[in-house]
Amino acid sequence: MPRNPFRSEAEMFRFLGVVIVGAVLVVLGAWINVWVGVVVAVLAVGGIVWWLMQEPVPGAAEPTPKLESHTPDGTHRVLILVAPGGSAPAIPDRATQVLVVVPALASTTEALTGAVDDRRAEAEQTAQSIARALSRDGRSVRCEVGADDPVLAVEDALRTFGADEVVVDGDDAMVEQVRARVAVPVTRA
Amino acid sequence: MVAHAEAHLDHHGDHPPEPHFSSRISPSILGMYLFIGSEIMLFGSFFTAYFFVRVVNGDTWPSLLSSVPKAFPLHLPVYLAFINTLILVTSSFTMHWALRSVKNGNAFGLRAGLLLTFLMGLTFLITQVTEYLRIGFNTSQGAFPTIFFCLTGLHGCHVFVGLTILLFMTIRAFRGHFDPGHHHGVEIGGIYWHFVDVMWILVFLTVYII
Repeated sequence: MPRNPFRSEAEMFRFLGVVIVGAVLVVLGAWINVWVGVVVAVLAVGGIVWWLMQEPVPGAAEPTPKLESHTPDGTHRVLILVAPGGSAPAIPDRATQVLVVVPALASTTEALTGAVDDRRAEAEQTAQSIARALSRDGRSVRCEVGADDPVLAVEDALRTFGADEVVVDGDDAMVEQVRARVAVPVTRA
Repeated sequence: MVAHAEAHLDHHGDHPPEPHFSSRISPSILGMYLFIGSEIMLFGSFFTAYFFVRVVNGDTWPSLLSSVPKAFPLHLPVYLAFINTLILVTSSFTMHWALRSVKNGNAFGLRAGLLLTFLMGLTFLITQVTEYLRIGFNTSQGAFPTIFFCLTGLHGCHVFVGLTILLFMTIRAFRGHFDPGHHHGVEIGGIYWHFVDVMWILVFLTVYII
């Protein structure tokens, strides 16, 4: 991924400097011959693109900080991640509040075109059926449809629902991905 | 929903919750990406029109309609535009100086930098308007004059918007609204001003040089 030269004023200013140098070369080329100027312009644009591709993206090498989560004393909140069409997983008996998150898994084409209504409806249906299955006296269960990326769906949910643990109804790879992004215990259902 | 509301109260007390967004890019930076991206597309469409018209016209370029009397040869004020380019490029340097100053707690540098940037931008715009008045052709005289005024006029509009932003930034600077820890307005305004500068260099090269 190339560096974005418009991310800060300092980077934009540096980009301007590069453009000025390129412009001077184009002017010199065009002074000799118009088509030399055109060729220099093409080369200058290519050079700038190459330079941007070579530049490291700031912060890309640093590990992404894990998302922390806190809950009030006397409660035990459990966040459950279930794929669309999945069934209710087993949750700890001490859970007092449960949030069921079902990501609206969409293909790249569907996500880019915004044609995710069917996927969201499918996720909503799964989330509601699981929430009904997990409800019992004294336990509050809520459900919501998450982003099309399961890990991002967990992150989003944790920002509004502080959880003591996350239960993932998925494969080991999915559990590891979630574990890498959040600072609360993650278990596989 | 009840649990949701309780969660908010537990975490945030009497103040509103933190913004909730499905992205790892902060909203302000994402907004700038989208804005600059849309601006590049806008200018790109005008550049496309320019080169289309130029290619269609063949060897005679720049040209006016054959029905236009040849009393005066078509002449672009390249030297004037070059001086204007230098003024605008210099204004980017003063803009950068202003940002560096506010980061270092130098109030004088911030105010002087922004004021100089504004004055140079205003000089650029006034010079461009003067050029329009004396250039000797108008949009009814062919495809070249039309695309010339469209492309340089589009950029002129952006300079006007940039000047408006700069005016507010300068007023705020003189009122002491910025300090080393709070200068987001200068930073974002600076990005826009440099972008306008980069675009002018491309417009200048395209219209006046190549």
